[in-house]
Amino acid sequence: MALLAFVLTISLMLLIVIVVVYAERKVAAFMQDRLGPTEAGPYGTLQPLLDVLKLLQKEDIIPAAADKKMFAVAPILIFAAVFAGFAVIPLSPSLVPAGVGIGVFYLLAIISLDVIGLLMAGWGSNNKYAMLGAMRSVAQIVSYEIPAGLALLSVVMICQSLDFQEISYQQGVLMNLFPGLEQEQNWLFGLKALGFETTTVGGLTTWNIFRAPILLVAFVIYFIASLAECNRAPFDIPEAESELVAGFHVEYSGFRFATFFLAEYAMMVLVCLVAVILFLGSWNTPLPNFGPLALANWTTGTPGGMASVLWGGFWLISKTLVLLFVQLWARWTYPRLRVDQLMHLCWKVLTPIAIGLVLLAGIWRLLMV
Amino acid sequence: MDKSVVKHKVGFWDVVKSLVSGAKLTLQHFLHADKRRKPMYISDENYFEQQEGLVTLTYPYEALPVPDKGRYRLHNEIDDCIVCDLCAKICPVNCITIESVKATEDIGVTSDGTKKRLYAPTFDIDMAKCCYCGLCTTVCPTDCLTMTPVYDFPEVDIKNMVYHFTDLTPEQADEKKQLLEKQQEEMAAAKAAALAARKQQG
Ligand code: SF4
Ligand code: SF4
Repeated sequence: MALLAFVLTISLMLLIVIVVVYAERKVAAFMQDRLGPTEAGPYGTLQPLLDVLKLLQKEDIIPAAADKKMFAVAPILIFAAVFAGFAVIPLSPSLVPAGVGIGVFYLLAIISLDVIGLLMAGWGSNNKYAMLGAMRSVAQIVSYEIPAGLALLSVVMICQSLDFQEISYQQGVLMNLFPGLEQEQNWLFGLKALGFETTTVGGLTTWNIFRAPILLVAFVIYFIASLAECNRAPFDIPEAESELVAGFHVEYSGFRFATFFLAEYAMMVLVCLVAVILFLGSWNTPLPNFGPLALANWTTGTPGGMASVLWGGFWLISKTLVLLFVQLWARWTYPRLRVDQLMHLCWKVLTPIAIGLVLLAGIWRLLMV
Repeated sequence: MDKSVVKHKVGFWDVVKSLVSGAKLTLQHFLHADKRRKPMYISDENYFEQQEGLVTLTYPYEALPVPDKGRYRLHNEIDDCIVCDLCAKICPVNCITIESVKATEDIGVTSDGTKKRLYAPTFDIDMAKCCYCGLCTTVCPTDCLTMTPVYDFPEVDIKNMVYHFTDLTPEQADEKKQLLEKQQEEMAAAKAAALAARKQQG
């Protein structure tokens, strides 16, 4: 069972990563009035696959002056850290690779390991560009973990759980089927005083951003911080093509570079998955029940059944792809921030707002019960 | 000029507004990705009207039209060439190589009535060296050297970039040379005979 979950997760992750790499090139091209890849396969769909194959054939160059052990281990460490994050992601009501009770906490912790890998890569390369890139990267990721963590904390306070699966169940019509939540009720906007119960309505109305509308702000903060955490534009100063060449992975080639590349895109997918699970209703359908028109029930299935696995996976992945599109869209629209602007945004704007949100989330929770 | 355009905007809502307008712009381009610019000639009245859509031209599959009288690859109509060597002389990069052999017999006239007196066993133009200046075509007295609208003629082997325009096979060229030598020998012999005869007389 554990092996099956492992294989399933890694193949799903690689599949989404390949799709995202292809989408990135096409979306970039379309936004710049170009065509993008057209030659490899129909509409260039085989391009990312062939790119990876090409990278695997290349020579694995280790610079003579590099710290060989660190240099060799860094990409594997980064990839392992990101991949380990996928372990706690629930894919459907009954399918989760590792259903640990403190998933959110585990995820934040394991993703922080990423930073150590980056620093090892930059330091081990013995190259000033790589070193600068790694420094910037670490400064940026460590800073942005604070608003991201606080935004997640407000979700945890609203949901009173660190378990991704429990948080997912809370955001849909299946809530009362989760052990321990049998007596729970959902109210419109989380305000019991309004007297409009949404436990059986489900759909959009029970997504976290509607259960407690202040989480909408938390979502925006988390999304901005997550862009910075996976070094995406407009926060791509660690990689800054035009000044640092490629930042911490400038010395890497072949298989090791491919690992970095995959880890970077896997990280994008992971942060989007987390955003979907914690804010946008996880694997729950967006369609609510309207009296006899039980759209939510029809597009959810019953836990344990095949239908629920398929519906759950479908909603989760399509919502994730939408968020990923927003990430690409931001990348090809906005220019890169300066280091001081980046720090200003993090420490003077996002962090204070996030702290305020945590406080508000506590108060909101009192209104919900 | 409108003052508000110059004013530096820093408020929160100004920032949000500018972020949104940027995002709108790229989204517009993304949504118009189903349209393509058509490869049309510049004289087409819609040439400047195609504001939307992808501009990439997938070149080998589609190409911008070129003028009917485009001046690209050279062509020599060897039947009309009088092998005067003017083109080789004016060429600034010396990419035309001409070897000439005098004809022993009458070899006719060109299409504009100029009498042809020379064979050209070699008439090579190295297209890899040619800078397409067109000087050779302007000096050509019989207008047999022209430029054509063909501009795409890459070769894998650079030797193939040398175009041979001669209409003689090497055997024919040798034959013509021998004929000329024979004629010259005969003429020399006749001259010598005439000289000897004159000496005897004198
Ligand atoms: S076009 Fe110019 S460069 Fe080319 S062969 Fe004629 S004279 Fe020479
Ligand atoms: S100038 Fe014209 S006629 Fe004279 S050799 Fe060149 S191509 Fe022939």
